Amino acid sequence: MALDTVAIAQANPDTTQPFAELGLKADEYASIKKILGRRPTSSELAMYSVMWSEHCSYKSSKVHLKQFGEKAVKSDALLVGIGENAGVVDVGQGYAVTFKIESHNHPSFIEPYQGAATGVGGIVRDILTMGARPIAIMDPLRFGPADAPDTRRVLPGIIAGVGGYGNCLGLPNIGGEVVFDETYIGNPLVNALCVGVMKHSDIKLAKAAGAGNLVVLYGAKTGGDGIGGVSVLASETFESKGPAKRPAVQVGDPFVEKVLIECSLEIFAEDLVVGIQDLGGAGLSCATSELASGGSGGMKVQLDKVPLRDPSLSPEEILMSESQERMCAIVEPSKIARFLEICEKWDVTVNVIGEVTDGKHLEITWNGELIVDVPPRTVAHDGPVYNRPLAQPAYIDAVAKEVIKVPIPSTPDEIKATILKLAATPNLADKSWVTNQYDRYVQGNTIQSQPDDSGMVRIDEKTHLGVAVATDANANWSYLNPYQGAKLALAEAARNIATAGAKPLAVTNCLNFGSPEDPGVMWQFAESVRGLADGCLEMGLPITGGNVSFYNQTGSVAILPTPVIGVLGVIDDVRTRTPMSFDRAGLDLYLLGETKEDLAGSEWAYLHNQRGGIAPVADLQREMHLIELLVAGRTKKIFTAAHDLSQGGLAATLTEMVLRHHIGATIQLENVGISLLSESPGRVVVAIDPAQTNALTSEAAAQKIALTKIGVTGGTALVINGAAITLAELHTAHTQTFPKLFG
Amino acid sequence: MAKIVVDVMLKPEILDPQGKAVAAALPRLGFSFAKDVRQGKRFEIEVDGDPTPAQLAEVEKAAEKLLSNPVIENFTVRVEK
Amino acid sequence: MKIGVVTFPGTLDDRDAARAVRHAGGEAISLWHNDADLKGVDAVILPGGFSYGDYLRCGAISRFSPVMEPIIDAANGGMPLLGICNGFQVLAEAHLIPGALTRNHELHFLCRDQKLTIENINTPWTSSFPQGQEILIPLKNGEGAYMCDDKTLAELEGEGRIIARYVGENPNGSRNLIAGITNARGNVVGLMPHPEHAIDSLTGPSADGLGFFTSVLKTLVG
Repeated sequence: MALDTVAIAQANPDTTQPFAELGLKADEYASIKKILGRRPTSSELAMYSVMWSEHCSYKSSKVHLKQFGEKAVKSDALLVGIGENAGVVDVGQGYAVTFKIESHNHPSFIEPYQGAATGVGGIVRDILTMGARPIAIMDPLRFGPADAPDTRRVLPGIIAGVGGYGNCLGLPNIGGEVVFDETYIGNPLVNALCVGVMKHSDIKLAKAAGAGNLVVLYGAKTGGDGIGGVSVLASETFESKGPAKRPAVQVGDPFVEKVLIECSLEIFAEDLVVGIQDLGGAGLSCATSELASGGSGGMKVQLDKVPLRDPSLSPEEILMSESQERMCAIVEPSKIARFLEICEKWDVTVNVIGEVTDGKHLEITWNGELIVDVPPRTVAHDGPVYNRPLAQPAYIDAVAKEVIKVPIPSTPDEIKATILKLAATPNLADKSWVTNQYDRYVQGNTIQSQPDDSGMVRIDEKTHLGVAVATDANANWSYLNPYQGAKLALAEAARNIATAGAKPLAVTNCLNFGSPEDPGVMWQFAESVRGLADGCLEMGLPITGGNVSFYNQTGSVAILPTPVIGVLGVIDDVRTRTPMSFDRAGLDLYLLGETKEDLAGSEWAYLHNQRGGIAPVADLQREMHLIELLVAGRTKKIFTAAHDLSQGGLAATLTEMVLRHHIGATIQLENVGISLLSESPGRVVVAIDPAQTNALTSEAAAQKIALTKIGVTGGTALVINGAAITLAELHTAHTQTFPKLFG
Repeated sequence: MAKIVVDVMLKPEILDPQGKAVAAALPRLGFSFAKDVRQGKRFEIEVDGDPTPAQLAEVEKAAEKLLSNPVIENFTVRVEK
Repeated sequence: MKIGVVTFPGTLDDRDAARAVRHAGGEAISLWHNDADLKGVDAVILPGGFSYGDYLRCGAISRFSPVMEPIIDAANGGMPLLGICNGFQVLAEAHLIPGALTRNHELHFLCRDQKLTIENINTPWTSSFPQGQEILIPLKNGEGAYMCDDKTLAELEGEGRIIARYVGENPNGSRNLIAGITNARGNVVGLMPHPEHAIDSLTGPSADGLGFFTSVLKTLVG
């Protein structure tokens, strides 16, 4: 293919270009010609096609995501907000913590191991690029039914990929989710979260400032990985009998990324960069245009200086390549020698590929010929903005009228059977088969990990300052009422932070939805965003950033709307955290919060194929009072243990608590069936030493949280209204499911 | 261009769990031919021109020292066109 | 007392090993793989991780690092040397101890709190444990199955050179439940599980791992 230069483009305005094959619509192609005043070169076309794809440009979601900024609460803790690679919050003692969650759904369906692995790699680089040392990861995962053949194809590979990449990077996996539902059978969801820590002064931003400063590419060499990944994979739905989209999948090398992390941290410690950006979706197209946009606006790049793994790559392919483990830094000339030295120490490939200019354009040459000459903002930020039509789908009113018909246990035999059934069901069963494939110990600071309510990491060995992170989503509720569903997920994640006694501080989100071209899906999205924005404003929690994944559908069937909410919290002393469960007999068990008949969207309803009903209404004021109570429970040393209620209701919470340290409990409940199965939000089970009864009663009263004594700890069985389930049989039911399914 | 090929296999007495996993997977996919499967490594080494006996001797030494672990692996060296 | 902790490219548990040394009362000295300089340390730890990404074989490339030359010399002269997990793999590849570590028989990476018995308390790394002490420390690896030929196994058993054994179900397929061994001289120890992750019950399953580090410091002080 002959090189298509700016000069040739100017001289040949009518050349036919494959914009549609690259994922651009006709009107978008016309826009590009208008911006440039000529037809784009093939390299420019490649850049616009990847950067204007849904995955990179957020063209369908931007108008809605604006609310996160508009409804943002004023927070002094927020040091870097939406718009950068990841948000950064002040956690005290001079420390800043950065965290973010992202999706890698489509690649993981195509190639489970590499899709998941590179998903982890990508989010870790986003954290690194803020100037932080990555300290932990989490993986909320969603699959089709546990016994479906395709789940057996993707799940083991995805788990192995998350573990294989994360373990090799030396990042403890401190939590996640494994959820099964028919809705994900053609579209598994692989969301990955990373947390990093640094001092305030270490924060780095993605801007190319200072004319004459050098543009430096370092990390892995560039090859043909994932060419067109973002535009081809993430922005289109799968056909029901789709072709194998194998060539576009990226392949990761965690060793190269580990070395990249250490090399970068040494570079940061010596203050050698002015700006930095990692290369993720859209590779060099993204890094150069975003860095240039973030700075003065001008940059010159010599594309032939990019170190290549495959010398046969064309300039277009180099610009679109999604080869992993690469970073782009802006370095002052006086610092470049030292920068190169550190790269050499770590044996990291590095080359100066350009410089910042005081012009207004991003100019890229190939062996001296100008092949890209664009205003960078038009590529990186001023892409098309769509106001997609939205319409409340017909199902919304229909399902609200459905009455849940499920068996409600009342006799001891029925209670026992219900407890054992829930303990063994894949969504609630013990997940050790998964989590034992993850290193939770590396870096020596993990305080809590699976199966605790939140992951918790110590960030200062002397003061014992720590952070806690939790992710949650409830697609069943989001399906019934997307606005409430988002608020409820936010409340649940915040509550999960608070059960250990940490204070929620900031929010990230990964919004997984079907096609934005479907007005019903777009309505679900808009409602979810509105719910999340309203919820965060009411709870006083800033949204620091996140990710949108559209096109999670096969043919015309979209997944249930699945907004995953991540909440980060801080705890002043990890040694005082409230553990999830009790390790001795003689404690009193209380249920905090009110139980209503909330079976719509519950696990019990799901197991009986009842998907309709009315979702609970989030009461965020009450959730905030509950959070206060939970924090007081720790600081005032009232609680011995605290565990949140969510999927599976009280039945699941009690099962998990007694099995944690193998101490039984004797429970007495009013309206036992509903009490066990309801999934009313805003509830926590706490264990206290009887001496703390008055303290608990007065704290709960002060926060106006309903308080019900439900039982005592002790013995070798879980006894509920006379139904005795031995810990041995409960343990067997709970722990055999995953090994039986996945071997 | 000819190349030197080094094949490395686990010694027969060493358990090969990966080979076992492959052997178990084949019948599940409808392939019934395999009595046993063992998995190994293959190194392809390019040299300038055709490999000389001296080079092959060097490759043997390299295979012994680096490419294989003689405690648990055997290797063979040959030239492939 | 100065304990060297080596960092190869891809090493992960070096900072944790250094922390364990400090908790035990020693001074941890960082040793770089490319520097053939032991900086006057009294003992060396090869920590866990994925040095060189486990390329080729675990530890196969690290064993040829410049820093390994003086380490091997010093170990042959009696210096206490501990290889943890990936470090154990490096020791095996360097033939400082016999046998080899291979893929876990269940093929999965496995992270679990593992019970061990300490069976040989005559090494500088295990001298502060009571004979037969049961400890609980994390095991986390994908290639932890200890293999050796029958002759070597007989030697190890006969000479009491198995320093730690897994209790209960075999987690990875190691012959004779071997979790750790020592060389003939008794100064070089390879251990698959991670004592540096069990130095307190806040961050680990117990503080049982500290014994490995207090042992060597006690031994060095004499």
